[in-house]
Amino acid sequence: MDITLKVNGQEKKLNVEPRTLLVYALREQCGLKGAHVGCDSSSCGVCTVVLDGKTPVKSCTMFAVQAEGHEITTVEGIGGGANLHPLQKAFHEQHGLQCGYCTPAMIMTSYALLQHNPKPTEDEIRFGLSGNLCRCTGYMNIVKAVKQAAEEMSQTAQAAD
Amino acid sequence: MFPASFDYYRANSPEEAVALLAEHGSDARILAGGQSLIPAMRYRLAQPAVLVDINTMKDSNYIIQDNGHLRIGSTVRDTDLEFSELIRSKFQLMSDVSNVVADPIVRFRGTLVGSLCHNDPSGDWTAAMLAARASMVIQNGQGKRTLSADDFIVDSFTTAVEEGEMAVEALWPTPSARTGASYQKIERKVGDYATAAAAVQLELNEDNSVKEAGIAITAVSYVALRVAEAEKLLRGQKISRELIKAVAAEASAIADPTSDGRGSAEYKKEVVGVLVARGIVQSLERLGLKVEA
Ligand SMILES: Cc1cc2nc3c(=O)[nH]c(=O)nc-3n(C[C@H](O)[C@H](O)[C@H](O)COP(=O)(O)OP(=O)(O)OC[C@H]3O[C@@H](n4cnc5c(N)ncnc54)[C@H](O)[C@@H]3O)c2cc1C
Ligand code: FES
Ligand code: FES
Repeated sequence: MDITLKVNGQEKKLNVEPRTLLVYALREQCGLKGAHVGCDSSSCGVCTVVLDGKTPVKSCTMFAVQAEGHEITTVEGIGGGANLHPLQKAFHEQHGLQCGYCTPAMIMTSYALLQHNPKPTEDEIRFGLSGNLCRCTGYMNIVKAVKQAAEEMSQTAQAAD
Repeated sequence: MFPASFDYYRANSPEEAVALLAEHGSDARILAGGQSLIPAMRYRLAQPAVLVDINTMKDSNYIIQDNGHLRIGSTVRDTDLEFSELIRSKFQLMSDVSNVVADPIVRFRGTLVGSLCHNDPSGDWTAAMLAARASMVIQNGQGKRTLSADDFIVDSFTTAVEEGEMAVEALWPTPSARTGASYQKIERKVGDYATAAAAVQLELNEDNSVKEAGIAITAVSYVALRVAEAEKLLRGQKISRELIKAVAAEASAIADPTSDGRGSAEYKKEVVGVLVARGIVQSLERLGLKVEA
């Protein structure tokens, strides 16, 4: 099936089988390896990407054909290199990762979380990220990173007003 | 694993969806949030030849207050309920469930109607549906019919929805101001199915005796169960500790759980009674009442 969607702001035309899971279309056809695959049961969350700017979805639990006409944002789409997104910068500065396997999804779930709730409390961050597993960090520094990013982003937003 | 191949259709309306379902018969399935169906397809537990995607139905994502109940369309996500001020303030049981079903990411896709249609023996929404006396509107090529929770929930993973039919909306009665409710769930971790759970909804008379009671339990039998004997015990009575004990015992009595990694059958049978008791206490607390000794 031919589908057209937007990935990180760019229009993409892909040819996929209906059974192709979105995560494999992103990794294998779009070359975006930020969305990982960690389980077969839709339970680890490491494949999380953002749909239409603010909805986190497990890209292993959506068919690529369902993204037709929609916009997908992956960790590669929010910043990189010298131009890190405040979340990416905060995960770096707060040591919010060890092996890094869960990190792109942690960042994308946090990205969506901050759209819905720009100033989350620590409890709200922990609740919002409770569908994302990390086997390394013990979560402490991930929570700190999201807090730092939230503060930086709300200061930037205030300055813009 | 990858799901087996299937043909994919998009429906723009319930009429289109049921026409596609009728055309493809028992090989076809509705794809709603996909949060149960896609994992099942990845395990090859489900291998439908045809999927009818209803996420493309623009007019089905509604939550409407109408004539004493809430109409919840087939593509309303769990997060639409979780983040709704109306649900938080007026539909306590639904609000509780929308905060504990699955995990926060899954809730952005999963639908209440889809979960009820899936009818997992450990489903959270089915227990809430039974306790809240909600019903389901089912549509086919001929028209629509409305079924009570008792008639809708048939067996494990089986509902009254037949070939060529889809569920178009759930009808959730609006609780009166004298109604308290609570959902009590024990889970090993966020995103796990319940070890056991209980849904409680109590409507009180002016003198604080029970006018109507809804008690249901899940994850402790082949399907979510309404504890009719417990509801009978409560009706017309003022709630005492002794009565709560008797009600909890009714829930434990009809529970028929199996032992697994979440706990032994013996444990689950006992704990589900404890959850019913906690649910009653919290329902009253939410009405500003305490249980008399
Ligand atoms: C990690 C994880 C954890 C979970 N934990 C829980 C949990 O703790 N408790 C719980 O209750 N659930 C849990 N779930 C299941 C989740 O809540 C699903 O969203 C829900 O069971 C199904 O809803 P859906 O919209 O995703 O339906 P789908 O997966 O799209 O469909 C499920 C089934 O219902 C049928 N169906 C769907 N909609 C209709 C309709 N309108 N008419 C007729 N048939 C229809 C489909 O054909 C399919 O057979 C979990 C899922 C995951 C991935
Ligand atoms: S890969 Fe584990 S939830 Fe998607
Ligand atoms: S950093 Fe290794 S899994 Fe999270």
